Amino acid sequence: MRGLLGIETLERAEIEAVLARAKDFQPAPHESFPRLDAARGRMVVNLFFEASTRTRTSFEIAAKRLGADAISISASTSSVSKGESLVDTLNTLVAMRPDAIIMRHKASGAPHFLARYLPGTPIINAGDGTHEHPTQALLDARTILDHRPSLEGLKVAIIGDIAHSRVARSNVYLLSKFGASIVLCGPASLVPKELASIAPGVSITYDIREAIKGADVAMMLRVQFERLHEPAFPAGEYFSFYGLRLEHLDLMKPDAIVMHPGPINRGREIASDVADSQRSVILNQVENGVAVRMAVLERILCQNC
Amino acid sequence: MPKLLIKNGRILDPVNGRDEVGDVLIRGGLVVRVGGDQHATGAVAFDATGLVVAPGFIDMHTHLREPGFEHAETIESGSKAAAAGGFTTVCAMPNTRPVNDDATVTRYILERASRSAIVNVLPIGAITEDSAGEKLAAIGSMRQAGCVAISDDGHPVMNSRVMRRAMEFARAFDIPVIDHCEDLNLSAGGDMHEGELAAKLGLRGIPSASEDVMVARDILLAELTGARFHVAHISSKRSLEMVRQAKDRGLKVTCEAMPHHFGLDESDIVPYDSNYKMKPPIRSAMDREALVEALASGVVDAIATDHAPHPGSEKMQEFEQCPFGIIGLETALAVALEALVHTGKLPLAKLVQLFSAGPARILGLDRGHLSPGAPGDVTIFDPDLDWTYDVSRSFSKSANSPWHGHRFRGGPVATVVAGKIVWQRSGERSAGD
Repeated sequence: MRGLLGIETLERAEIEAVLARAKDFQPAPHESFPRLDAARGRMVVNLFFEASTRTRTSFEIAAKRLGADAISISASTSSVSKGESLVDTLNTLVAMRPDAIIMRHKASGAPHFLARYLPGTPIINAGDGTHEHPTQALLDARTILDHRPSLEGLKVAIIGDIAHSRVARSNVYLLSKFGASIVLCGPASLVPKELASIAPGVSITYDIREAIKGADVAMMLRVQFERLHEPAFPAGEYFSFYGLRLEHLDLMKPDAIVMHPGPINRGREIASDVADSQRSVILNQVENGVAVRMAVLERILCQNC
Repeated sequence: MPKLLIKNGRILDPVNGRDEVGDVLIRGGLVVRVGGDQHATGAVAFDATGLVVAPGFIDMHTHLREPGFEHAETIESGSKAAAAGGFTTVCAMPNTRPVNDDATVTRYILERASRSAIVNVLPIGAITEDSAGEKLAAIGSMRQAGCVAISDDGHPVMNSRVMRRAMEFARAFDIPVIDHCEDLNLSAGGDMHEGELAAKLGLRGIPSASEDVMVARDILLAELTGARFHVAHISSKRSLEMVRQAKDRGLKVTCEAMPHHFGLDESDIVPYDSNYKMKPPIRSAMDREALVEALASGVVDAIATDHAPHPGSEKMQEFEQCPFGIIGLETALAVALEALVHTGKLPLAKLVQLFSAGPARILGLDRGHLSPGAPGDVTIFDPDLDWTYDVSRSFSKSANSPWHGHRFRGGPVATVVAGKIVWQRSGERSAGD
């Protein structure tokens, strides 16, 4: 693996290998994560141009559990706040010879742009704008596979602000590669109709009941108000029409699961009692975040280990 | 008086219906005699055997960036790029600093051009003061000072009442009103054509409708006022349909097409490469086909470049932050030959017309033809020239081109302005050699 920019271009076999390896890294119940030194002496730089709690922390933990050195830089404490360009910032970091750069950026394609100019350093995309968030899709797949034998034939409803969601795009690409059927749902202004044709097996509905009917998985997404340039739906109507409530769970498969990449807005896209219900696997997702990122980092850092 | 004798070329002059091998004599800056085997003592001779000799090309949509943005382009560097692209005349858009919104700025540009430009530079004045879309600019005095059209290019006049007044006033001065048709509310935040690719790449889209609603509005205002209205860089199928209908109704509506719109579509875009970022955006295959058809059928009146230099530091950024626009003077003819003529969509004479007589007619210029007494501006090109575009050797001060490294069939060979060879290709060989 030479960096990880997105799921779209990733081979199915590569995804399977990461998911299988991530299982090895899952801690047994009531145990902490295993500590390894597979990547001793390697250095990763966590470069976050956008706020993040779980992704940054879990990459950092994953690197340390593999024995690598991890340095975290956030845009506000770096030269970026002094007006340095993205290319100059990255050139400076690359001169310090990190073994990989983990990067989050608010602009779609920022890591792809850098990968073209800095071909020597593996770049791991930790979320670029409204484009992709590959490790999130991998950990979501790991979480689903903890509850289902395979992804093939599953019905997965992704509900919320699809337009601005990198999580949705990466999940669509991944699930589609494994033959799941994906239903995208949300207010029409937040579900671009073009997304139905970006991968096989994708459909769109604006009715949450239709979306979750018989579904194996409901992935809830928050509305990214910070990216909305104008009101995209009538204020106050979101929860009534697109919030997941307890009564909806009866429409799904009996053993269906509810997921959310976080951060959660209780009472907006998901009712509090649903988030805390037995169906919710939100905290398993967080746990799998570390395991999956260990698997990804191992593949990138330890090719010659 | 200095004389230039262009020998043995294929003279292609659509206005005079001429397509024959022969000589062109230029004396004192004017065309003297066209056709036949000529001899002129003391004349500089240019052997145009195997080449096309056409009326000088006019780019009615160029950004020369001077005054104000000389780090991106100057009148001198832009004029050299124009000459290397076969253009003998360029029209300079007013989005300079200061904006060309009064006669003082117009005269400054003309004065700078007379000192440093190697091709003719005709300024385009702003529609409104500072192109802010509120108060009308000094349209009358700019016209007197030498502006050939008015436009708030890049800053479309959003207020329909202001646009109406501008058209009414411009009509009295017989000057075309050029609009960059874009509803800024509909396109806000967009970085590329709204379609599957934008949705995939997570980039905000610029819908065709943002262009179409303004084309519709401006056509209605042109009808209301009787003004000459010209659509800049038309790119969408629906807009082309509306221009065709307007022409059928007898309105004075014209439009221009850009090489990047008829030479490229979404499928050619390199993701997140800012050399593919411009306004209007590169659109769908359907729009591109409609544009090629409209060029062939006469709905489109001219080919122009929208040459928009931006220095590397501005284009080497996150895609969302890069400015819009690409350079295009040096590649326009080659792209047009490749996309239109070598594909069999357009006869060569039609292509020449779109580069010369077409824009001249829109702007009311006595140019774009090789009649005795006309300006001695000639574009000499080889429709089969085998060459590769190297943007690092561009005359432009900027290098933002999607065609860097592209191998072309056909391109300019020499450019003549007022009887003087201002640029001549060296190095490449014709495919026929």
